[in-house]
Amino acid sequence: MTQSYKHWQLETDNDQILWLYFDKQGASVNTINREVMEEFAAITETLKQDVTHKGVIIASAKKNGFIAGADISQFTQFKDIEESTDALRMGQKVLNEFEALKLPTVAMIDGFCLGGGLELVLACRYRVVEESSKTRLGLPEVKLGIHPGWGGTVRLPRLIGSLQGLNMVLSGHTVSGKIAAKLGLADVAVPKRQLVHAAKYYILNQPPVHQATTLQSLSNNKIARQLIAQFLRKKLRAKINPLHYPAPFDALENWEAVGVQSNEAYEREAKSCGRLFFSETCQNLVRVFFLQEKMKGLAKDISFSPKHIHVIGAGTMGGDIAAWCALRGFTVTLQDLEARYIAPAIKRAAALFKDKLKERHLIQQAMDRLIPDIQGNGLPKADIIIEAVIEDLAIKQSIFKQIEAKAKPDAILATNTSSIPLDEINTILSHPERLVGIHFFNPVAKMQLVEVVKGAHTSQTIIDQAIAFVRQIDRLPLPVKSSPGFLVNRILMPYLLESVELLNEGVPMTAIDKAMTDFGMPMGPITLADTVGLDVCLSVAKYLGRYFDTPIPTKLEELVEKKQLGRKTKEGFYKYDKRGKQIKPQIISSGHSLEEISNRLVLRMLNEAFACLRENVVANADLLDAGMIFGTGFAPFRGGPIHYAKSQGIHALYEQFVKQQKAKGDKLEVKDWDEAVV
Amino acid sequence: MTETSFMRDVYIVDGARSPFLKAKGGPGPFSASDLAVNAGRELLARHAFSPEALGEVVIGCVMPTPDEANIARLISLRLGCGKSMPAWTVQRNCASGMQALDSAVKDIAIGRYDLVLAGGADAMSHAPLLYNEAMTLWLASLWTAKGWKNKLKGWAQFRPYYLKPVISLLRGLTDPLVNLSMGQTAENLAYRFHLTREQMDQFALESHQRVAQAQEQKHFDEITPLFTKNGDFYLADDGVRQDSSMEKLAKLKAFFDKKFGSVTAGNSSQVSDGAALLLLASREAVEQYHLPVLARIKAVEWAGVDPAEMGLGPVYAVNQLLKRFNLSMQDIDFWEINEAFAAQVLACLAAWESDEYCRKNLNRNGALGKIDRSKLNVDGGAVALGHPVGASGARIALHLAHVLKRNHAQKGIATICIGGGQGGAMLIENVSGV
Repeated sequence: MTQSYKHWQLETDNDQILWLYFDKQGASVNTINREVMEEFAAITETLKQDVTHKGVIIASAKKNGFIAGADISQFTQFKDIEESTDALRMGQKVLNEFEALKLPTVAMIDGFCLGGGLELVLACRYRVVEESSKTRLGLPEVKLGIHPGWGGTVRLPRLIGSLQGLNMVLSGHTVSGKIAAKLGLADVAVPKRQLVHAAKYYILNQPPVHQATTLQSLSNNKIARQLIAQFLRKKLRAKINPLHYPAPFDALENWEAVGVQSNEAYEREAKSCGRLFFSETCQNLVRVFFLQEKMKGLAKDISFSPKHIHVIGAGTMGGDIAAWCALRGFTVTLQDLEARYIAPAIKRAAALFKDKLKERHLIQQAMDRLIPDIQGNGLPKADIIIEAVIEDLAIKQSIFKQIEAKAKPDAILATNTSSIPLDEINTILSHPERLVGIHFFNPVAKMQLVEVVKGAHTSQTIIDQAIAFVRQIDRLPLPVKSSPGFLVNRILMPYLLESVELLNEGVPMTAIDKAMTDFGMPMGPITLADTVGLDVCLSVAKYLGRYFDTPIPTKLEELVEKKQLGRKTKEGFYKYDKRGKQIKPQIISSGHSLEEISNRLVLRMLNEAFACLRENVVANADLLDAGMIFGTGFAPFRGGPIHYAKSQGIHALYEQFVKQQKAKGDKLEVKDWDEAVV
Repeated sequence: MTETSFMRDVYIVDGARSPFLKAKGGPGPFSASDLAVNAGRELLARHAFSPEALGEVVIGCVMPTPDEANIARLISLRLGCGKSMPAWTVQRNCASGMQALDSAVKDIAIGRYDLVLAGGADAMSHAPLLYNEAMTLWLASLWTAKGWKNKLKGWAQFRPYYLKPVISLLRGLTDPLVNLSMGQTAENLAYRFHLTREQMDQFALESHQRVAQAQEQKHFDEITPLFTKNGDFYLADDGVRQDSSMEKLAKLKAFFDKKFGSVTAGNSSQVSDGAALLLLASREAVEQYHLPVLARIKAVEWAGVDPAEMGLGPVYAVNQLLKRFNLSMQDIDFWEINEAFAAQVLACLAAWESDEYCRKNLNRNGALGKIDRSKLNVDGGAVALGHPVGASGARIALHLAHVLKRNHAQKGIATICIGGGQGGAMLIENVSGV
């Protein structure tokens, strides 16, 4: 075969096996777009007549991974539903033809194989995977508001049964190479050194292809489908709202209606996926995906390779930051005054490592990298020093004075303060340009966002290095200006205060929380306050109150006085049982509709968001949206606060807000929202 | 011209050890390598050079777990010394830690390396239970049996006594050549030197009192805290009994020679988990990395004795050391004699004080001399804080260096008896620079 392709390389080896290397032109990672698919179709066409080869092995020519999935930038470029559906049909047809080839076909998978990549692989006769947890197989389409559209929702449940198969489709979860083999999704999982041997073995020996077990096959028949669908739908509803995230519900419905055997199944998949491309959820999630990529790309040209991180303060934040950095491969010294302050952090770290790393030797390596350091030995050796002690200006200043005296001259001095402006801390430094804010959110292991805070004196080099570091620990950096509360807490606090105001007005807390989870927040504001800790809320509110002239709700002060601090003391606004589970009080209707409630809270949040844009706390609206989504879980399918305002009409919302403030008797003039967004 | 017996001077830069944790039945929370890594990483963190700048890592260990073959290499890699770091494990029974120091000293002295991490570690609570020989033979025949008939026959041959485990810890502490447990060799010494139960208990009581007092006065700076995955932590040696008394010690029954003996669990060293690591350097390394200096190692001597009186090893090793440098016992400011057994330390003292013994056995004209109790094990010893066999030799050397520094004293000897009938002794000198 001498024909050449842009994205595929063909090679024949000594055993007359054709190696089909995917090598997307001009990209470091393989993704599938129309052109790739057309070439694949042409290759498939020639393979139909091929009699010289014993079989075909598909592999990646990239250093990193197999196939990341379909090219997401295409998702928002379809003209109409017809075009998107046709594109899916074309892909399905190619894969069906590839699947029907007489030649044995093997996919040799090393690294990620996701979405459209996995769908392509499912059309191969055999799948050979590298066994480690770096190899990830999955169908994460639902995370972008669609479901698989190239036969994935049909082939996967057919191959491994509906329970496991649908679970992967509906959750978007990925599995390691080893688990893939256990599920039957892969024929065999082998260490990298045996990958080529294994792939060739399947071509040369052609063992029987993997079949679903009888039980698994039965799980796709009509009666089973009805029962299983009902069960899965219930489970799904407990987690997500079909109004917000329709895709998994649609996939489930398709499967329930037509199963996995007929052509009808493919057609239904194409039609429903084609339609989902045009849902607001998909459009917004794709936007969020690219916002995320944008943040990932910040400081990607900065060469900065710190090795040793020193964290001062082993409390919840400091301890968890230290553990996270150790998890990501850094040597970390964790300093606190006494062993008893450090011990709980080590315990949490051990649990985190166990959860993330699974294997004993990897857990041990991470534990060895995390060094309790009562003497502060790590300080003079560290490349980055992160202070995470209590929010007290005087204490922070005295600590930074010591840090500056002992640290290496080129070490980055970072504070995890959540609200104190850097320019108040750095007054005691002889080199204030060295101080940067690296502000993590709680819980560190879950919240992807990290605010990188620039004080008036902070040097751009330090900012760039801090951003590069945040990427190295696989978090999303958000550059913000140092002003009280930075971005996320600044916007969040008025929202929380407004919710307490609503409480005072007699709205039941369950109604307030329900209104916001219905809006799409991961948890309601009252629960959020309880979770963060009311003492923390109060101190931030007081701190911000000094700058923004916001009154502190007396209810909050009362609770803190009574030491009812939220989840951690088993009582805050809500009560919690022994296991920390919230005890829901009976809802007493308040006469407010949920929409009214959410409107009021969201408007208050938007007002602050526009203020942040006006004051250049962040560079632009996109970054603000990303910050709120990854820092607070602001309903991602709504695309972020500013995007949401735009979609609803900024001016109309502004007017509503002005009216709302007037009705409350607030005399402060509300600055216009429009002028901020250019 | 160097003042030591080596081609190049060797300095103790710094050292750290884990708290010694008394074995309380069942494996403790840390393996030997865990203990060494905990102490080692803090030790390395204190100094500006990178762990990769070390020349080698030498660790003494007597009873590594099956997962800890060449434990020194595991420790070296876990400490981030890098894959190119040579690391090796030494075993000289109870003096393995001191042997590791001696091996490191030699490598520095001959100019092979300038900076070496050396010490010892043992988690005695992790010593495994083993299948006995009958069980092993039965299993072997079962595994090789062919056909279900033979297999069934094999199963039928099983006998309950096959399940009786071999306690490897006890075997390790028994000398197979003379068929005596270490405790019984101590009984031999008590017999030979007419040591009474009261003398032994008195010595043991003082050991506890001294450790307790040293803890109070924070004289164990060399200890690095240990943290478990469960959120527990250990700051100090946990074998010491603040409330120990002669009455309480007197109540204990003889452990090794049942009924009529006088060596008890109370006047013997404790079975413990622990690690002690030292950073040794040449003059060049001290200068290159601007390292502090704790002490200089002048010499190490080794001697052999009757295995049935293994506790007398220090008598001979110290004799050689003094002879070589033409020193008398009075020239030595402080002593650390590892307290394997109270009887064993008392026997060493008695031997040195005996004209007859020294004439007959040490080729001296008379008694070598008397060690004032105020100069000996001033902060207590293994009876109170434990004797993790691989670590003790390194622990006493490190602690002696601290004692010399604290008292602005000059010379000290750390010496240790060795199961199988040997003794080791190390002469160190308090210096503050190169």
